[in-house]
Amino acid sequence: MNYTFQFGVALAQLPVLLSAALVTLELAFLAFWGGALIGVAGATAKTYGGPALRRLASAYVVFFTNTPALLQIYFIYYGLPEFGVLIPAFIAVVLGLMLNAGAYLTEIMRAGFISVRRQEVEAAETLGMSLFQMVRYVIVPHIAKTIYPSLANFFILLVLGSSMGAIFSVNELTGTAIDISTENYRWLEMFLLVGVIYIALTFIASVSLALIGRFAFRVKAKVF
Amino acid sequence: MLDRLINEIPRFFQYYTILLLWQAMATTLGMAVIGCTMGFAFGFVLVCLRQLTGWVFLPVRIVTIVYVDLFRRVPFLVILYLVLFFIQAVNPNASLLSIAVIGICILSIAYTAEIIRAGFESVPRQQIEAATVMNFNRLQILRSVIIPQAWPVILPPAFAYMVGFIKDTALVSQIGVLELTSAGKILNNRGFSALLVFGTILVLYFVLSYPLSRLGAFAEARLAPPRNR
Amino acid sequence: MHHLEIASLGCRYGKLEVLRNVSLTVAKGEVVSLIGPSGSGKSTLLRVLMGLTPPTRGEVKIDGETIDYGSSRCVRTVRERMAIVFQQYNLFQNMDVLRNVTIAPVKIKRRPRPEVEADAKRILAKVGLSDKHHAYPDELSGGQQQRVAIARALALKPEILLLDEVTSALDPELVNEVLDTIRGLAADGMTMLIVSHEMAFVREVASRVVMMDNGQVIEEGSPRQIFDAPTSERCREFVGKILRH
Repeated sequence: MNYTFQFGVALAQLPVLLSAALVTLELAFLAFWGGALIGVAGATAKTYGGPALRRLASAYVVFFTNTPALLQIYFIYYGLPEFGVLIPAFIAVVLGLMLNAGAYLTEIMRAGFISVRRQEVEAAETLGMSLFQMVRYVIVPHIAKTIYPSLANFFILLVLGSSMGAIFSVNELTGTAIDISTENYRWLEMFLLVGVIYIALTFIASVSLALIGRFAFRVKAKVF
Repeated sequence: MLDRLINEIPRFFQYYTILLLWQAMATTLGMAVIGCTMGFAFGFVLVCLRQLTGWVFLPVRIVTIVYVDLFRRVPFLVILYLVLFFIQAVNPNASLLSIAVIGICILSIAYTAEIIRAGFESVPRQQIEAATVMNFNRLQILRSVIIPQAWPVILPPAFAYMVGFIKDTALVSQIGVLELTSAGKILNNRGFSALLVFGTILVLYFVLSYPLSRLGAFAEARLAPPRNR
Repeated sequence: MHHLEIASLGCRYGKLEVLRNVSLTVAKGEVVSLIGPSGSGKSTLLRVLMGLTPPTRGEVKIDGETIDYGSSRCVRTVRERMAIVFQQYNLFQNMDVLRNVTIAPVKIKRRPRPEVEADAKRILAKVGLSDKHHAYPDELSGGQQQRVAIARALALKPEILLLDEVTSALDPELVNEVLDTIRGLAADGMTMLIVSHEMAFVREVASRVVMMDNGQVIEEGSPRQIFDAPTSERCREFVGKILRH
């Protein structure tokens, strides 16, 4: 192959890419926390709700985990305007990722809910804990410890998934790389650099999440 | 709004549209099948290479570990663009479909290797020791002890992964391969309602993916006991 | 000449010296029992003998031949002459009883299957499991599993059988069926090196008892000597503690 790599051109864009990486993290954070809220609500509905609520939550999970997130965003971004609701691309992407994440997080949270053992609750009752104390000191720590590794893992997937923003011209990392490449034509160099930034980004995220897990929940999460 | 939708429906479900969607769905399914098959074949080889011991094989082990860990930290979209521009630099005549398939395989090998490795590592060390003291060599241990005990652990997440994988192929619409998602964009550009078009496409993905996820749930329930026959 | 001869064997995991300076011998037909508090290195000694943990110094001889644990060919011959039964049975979960017992002779030693199966059935009858040929390990009780594990080891026709706390993982009511099996082996003249906490059993079946502590041999002698008149303070303390309950 006679292609001359010119990494200098790509590296010159590093500051721009790094600030775009912040947008990537922002997308991932918003989708994660929004999804987590949906997840708590969904898992509560699925575990403790009445039959109708349970069925609704299940339908949501089944539908959103069996269709591509990309299509869900398409549906929101191009479909909502037909109802007369015009939303900016960034919001559509966040909303789509959030709804998609919510479905997966419902399942993760539910696994945590189910893992609370009756004996533990009974032990807390015999100690004379109030309901609030029980939730605060026994149930939540237990759930947190059980689901933390899955949550950490899912956050990494969201960082990667946020690259779909590029398709809707959101200027996160991948989108910015596409924009710059269409001007300087150094596609390969730009995307190699972007790949390295994603690796660094997710690696830093994995390490920090593992450390947080170790100190906050005494979870031994593996970085690799 | 709703009137427009209803008016469009007969025009939408015509021979041409259905043919387009049918072909697109076949492409999506085909890419997923090839990706999963290659993923499992090469992922398996990768994990076996990782089991090699001795310093002679250290470079091999490092390559497999680096491959699996790095490609799971790069978005599929970025991998696709990299494969696209790299292959076009080498061979400008390569078809977009083959480029997409290569990208898909690179991704699926990394993820399936990780699933298979987790399965292998779930086999207790004592089982391997018991075989070792009876003079099993590494290949015999792999074949007689590790694989039979690992596959019930591997299968449920493997199904979950395959379900996810059908959806991941949606991204290859970005490099211009005609599959379900691009079919949706084409139809949307023809002026059909986005709700109708993307709604239909969502349902079609669901049709592909839901049976597989049911099968996965079934496999998980069946394989829950530690033994398999 | 001694059948098995261990001379000043040492083994360390990093900084931890698990075996310091272990010397002991086993003659043909002898049943030598290793006793001592947990963590004294008894199990590690068996692991070293089987080539699962490399020794850091000392030597092991079988029939006067020094074994080089660095050479995989040499380790293979050792594993042909000695077999080990583990505390946790370690039966292959994916194989039924008969296959657990026959797989190594058929696949590794390449003996004809009909012959091996006849052999296996005879051995399984001896350990009292004739009716369990096609049961899977998780369908058996701990005691039955452990007897299958013994049968599996015997099917290899070892010259020396190593037993590593084979009753420690069992419920009390299942201990005796396994001990009976071992009694039978001792009566047949099987050479054995047994790590056990069952002192009454050791006293009954062992021809010699070796007391270990802290990676060293503290005292050795006949069961009578060790249990009734131990000379070292450490041994007296251990035996006293064990016999009191």
